[in-house]
Amino acid sequence: MDLLLEGFQQALTPTNLLFACLGVLLGTAVGVLPGIGPAMALALLLPVTYSVGADSAIIMFAGVYYGGMYGGSTTSILLNTPGESSSVVTAIEGNKMAKRGRAAQALATAAIGSFIAGTIGTVLLWILVPRVSDVVVELGAPSYFALMLLAFLAVTTVLGASKLRGFISLFLGLAIGLVGTSTGQARLTFGEAKLADGIDIVVVAVAIFAIGEALWVAAHLRRKPLEIIPVGQPWMGRQDWKRSWKPWLRGTAYGFPFGALPAGGAEMPTFLSYVTEKKLTRHPEEFGKGAIEGVAGPEAANNASAAGTMLPLLTLGLPTTATAAIMLYAIQSYGIQPGPLLLDNEPGLVWALLASLLIANTLLLVINLPLAPLWAKLLRIPRPQLYAGILFFATLGAYSVNFQAFDLALLLAFGVLGFAMRRFGIPVLPLIVAVILGPEMERKLTEALALSGGEVSTLWGEPVAVVVYVVIALMLAAVAINGLRPPAPAQPEIADDEKELVER
Amino acid sequence: MSTTNPLQPKCVVAAYSADVYGRAAVEHAEAIALASGARLVVVNATRGDSLVDDRFAHEDEVESLRERLATEGIEVDIRRDVVPDVAEAVLEAARQSSADVIIVGVRHRTPVGKLLLGSVAQRVILDAPCPVLAVKPPR
Repeated sequence: MDLLLEGFQQALTPTNLLFACLGVLLGTAVGVLPGIGPAMALALLLPVTYSVGADSAIIMFAGVYYGGMYGGSTTSILLNTPGESSSVVTAIEGNKMAKRGRAAQALATAAIGSFIAGTIGTVLLWILVPRVSDVVVELGAPSYFALMLLAFLAVTTVLGASKLRGFISLFLGLAIGLVGTSTGQARLTFGEAKLADGIDIVVVAVAIFAIGEALWVAAHLRRKPLEIIPVGQPWMGRQDWKRSWKPWLRGTAYGFPFGALPAGGAEMPTFLSYVTEKKLTRHPEEFGKGAIEGVAGPEAANNASAAGTMLPLLTLGLPTTATAAIMLYAIQSYGIQPGPLLLDNEPGLVWALLASLLIANTLLLVINLPLAPLWAKLLRIPRPQLYAGILFFATLGAYSVNFQAFDLALLLAFGVLGFAMRRFGIPVLPLIVAVILGPEMERKLTEALALSGGEVSTLWGEPVAVVVYVVIALMLAAVAINGLRPPAPAQPEIADDEKELVER
Repeated sequence: MSTTNPLQPKCVVAAYSADVYGRAAVEHAEAIALASGARLVVVNATRGDSLVDDRFAHEDEVESLRERLATEGIEVDIRRDVVPDVAEAVLEAARQSSADVIIVGVRHRTPVGKLLLGSVAQRVILDAPCPVLAVKPPR
């Protein structure tokens, strides 16, 4: 408890408060704009870590992450185009509500639900992080190796429609992570001295998220503008409150555990929450025509899952979303080793972050509830100007890593890769997770084998590792069985255009 | 350019944006078309480079406009294009339909506004192949 209060003390210093504000404003903005998500924003912000203190940077990053979850709902509801992937479900009922003239209520239930879910999730983190840290601190290198393997397989197989595409992305990421001489041997450097230190993750992340996206947008520059629904100040009537609070709590209950699981993310819990609300509602006739429950539940779920993501990130050093993966890298770039010892070694940082989550959430409610119409104005920014700015910051960020032009060539090469991945529908998440966790996993493997003197059986010598391998086996079996079953009848692809906008 | 009488037109082009200026243009064009029996071409174009363009009319707005004009017995063609240059779309429509007059809505602009942004109406007025009627929304 004392630690938490100290955390608040640190998070509430003027500097950190400023960074929290900056983070949530930026996060909401990128959340509102489809195609630009918190992951891209964080990739572009990574150079900030060179000049700003660890606590300020992490607090800002957490603000961006939470803000993205709020901002996405605005676009979903007003435009029927999800701002980012966690708001896809919100668009189903949210846009229908807006079309019926209830946009204000939809925005309000999304913002307040997000706040409540985020707050509950943050409190759960306060309780769980120290406890889980105490448990996982016992884990040895073999267990870690197994857990990372699980994370890889989970982000690859659970999410996304095509396992093959997931694995392509995963192995691309692992290959990029191999470049360099970290093992004493030059691997994949092609005799190029500048590749000896490996490829900086900032360059890869900025290229895949920002350059790839910019190229994609440039290739699809002109499209028919979408019809936005004008909205005033969000508010809710008594009936709306009555119908919203239960979905909020149920959404939170779905979101948090899913966020905490490897390969959690927000897509699954938001979808489950929607299905549950549809089943439990007392107004089944309204579903499909704009039921408030269908907005309240999923929106709570996506914020709770954002909180849940922090649990494995802070205790195990395992990211479950692209945004978390980049946060992990930011922590590493301060020379701080994420993992079970993080809480023991850097209690100040962790508790300041945990405290700042509550602050960020409150700030978000304050800036989102009255300012929703203003945020919607962001959608009028012409793409050429917007992406010119993004390209500028992307180039600046990549160049500032080592101040050498070679990185810019790499940036362009990986940018083209990012564009190709979008073109062929290859998910980005496995690649980013693999680039960041791949070298870490190799280190754990080396560590385990060094301790055992090269005896391979050490890898399944810990009970936790065995359990994880069983889970992996079950998962692979499920995938195999699914693959053997006759394919389900193809669903009509109504949302093809939207999918294009979101699944990047 | 053959000289025709813009007050007795056979074809009228209206530059339509989904705001008071565009509506004023369409209403005047409608009145002229009713009086002269001219064909009416309504151009509602967008650059399509931002997600939301307020001046691009909603689908239902266009439908109700089409219906209204049709019931009045006006032969109407509503063009909704995504083009690099909105002014060029209006001029192109005027050339293709050999319009006798183009109608645009104009607005007051501050000196800074003139400096920062090009005006579609100005481009149309200066580059049009035929006379242009500049109208203002009712105050």
